[in-house]
Amino acid sequence: MADDKDVLRDVWFGRIPACFMLYPDEVTEREAEPFYLLLPRISYLTLVTDKVKKHFLKVLKAEDVEEMWFEYEGTPLKWHYPIGVLFDLHASNTALPWSITVHFKHFPDRDLLRCSSSVVIEAHFMSTVKEADAFKHKSQVINDMQKKDHKQLWMGLQNDKFDQFWAINRKLMEYPTEEGGFRYIPFRIYQTLSDRPFIQKPFRPVSSEGHAHTLGDLLKEMCPAAVCQDDDPKKYQVVIHGIEPLFETPIQWLSEHLSYPDNFLHICIIPAPND
Amino acid sequence: MSDNAESPTEPQKEDSSTQNQQNVAADSGDTAKTEEKKKIDVLLKAVGDTPIMKTKKWAVERGRTIQSLSQFISRFLKLEPNEQLFIYVNQSFAPSPDQDVGVLFECFGSDGKLVLHYCKSQAWG
Repeated sequence: MADDKDVLRDVWFGRIPACFMLYPDEVTEREAEPFYLLLPRISYLTLVTDKVKKHFLKVLKAEDVEEMWFEYEGTPLKWHYPIGVLFDLHASNTALPWSITVHFKHFPDRDLLRCSSSVVIEAHFMSTVKEADAFKHKSQVINDMQKKDHKQLWMGLQNDKFDQFWAINRKLMEYPTEEGGFRYIPFRIYQTLSDRPFIQKPFRPVSSEGHAHTLGDLLKEMCPAAVCQDDDPKKYQVVIHGIEPLFETPIQWLSEHLSYPDNFLHICIIPAPND
Repeated sequence: MSDNAESPTEPQKEDSSTQNQQNVAADSGDTAKTEEKKKIDVLLKAVGDTPIMKTKKWAVERGRTIQSLSQFISRFLKLEPNEQLFIYVNQSFAPSPDQDVGVLFECFGSDGKLVLHYCKSQAWG
């Protein structure tokens, strides 16, 4: 049987083939060719698209260029959600490569946060890691780390260095054996049809009777419609990193193995395909 | 008290509220009593040399975002447009600007209120 540690690698090296195309209304000096890229699921769009920007800047006039942003079938893509979440939420069950439209004008301030440089991404990432540790260890582990450890987490993600990242991140995954898990599981549940950004509440990995809580237990409490057994055919898919984990999977195991580098377990609930 | 506020709608005093509590009114301007349950208590505390707000405790709609709350505080303190404002939960992390105050209250609130620290410079990495 494969070691559970292999799961961490599989998650880390997950890639999505994408095709970036310039929004047709952008004024260009000559025709803009599409740009193909393998996107790391665990990273952020604005962190891995310098090449996309360079590619399209070649055909645009400098005065027509404002902050670059991305859209998929009319939905602006939030750079501050991990790429895998954006794909699972908006583009699951569609043909690959994922076709993303690139804009350089009319930045949708109502939908997207500005991202002037990678410093902004780093601040967002570290804040999210800290928020996660507030759930897991009342912030004790992250606060006990040195500045250079924080930097190593970020550099590991930015430079796609699995070992560098996990040398530090494993400390964030520790818990007292007698407690059977973290204090609370840091999770976010996204739904396409919801007007709220996501569901996030304190949820313990172990019940008061000492049973390990499962993914199904979490969903039953947070989003009962997603686990309705009577639906035939089923109405929803529950997706993490592009797969549908069994509802019986202990939530603590999922938190340790299928969390994104920001230490949150990002769960997408999407309508099941009709066919 | 409320005359310093340059909120889009003037903060209103709740009928049954404690003396120091004020409403951060909705952007839509309408804060009917039926909305009261949708509100939570937020305690705003200044860090470092950031100006304090005389009124610390505010009733805020759950659906209000950190970004919108931050804009309100900036206006209240009459900050210059180029001055940044950082908001922290638990004196440890800066929530994402699009995060709902209600979600943070449910996750990190205690004693029936959410304590947020605000600062003109980065206080906690």
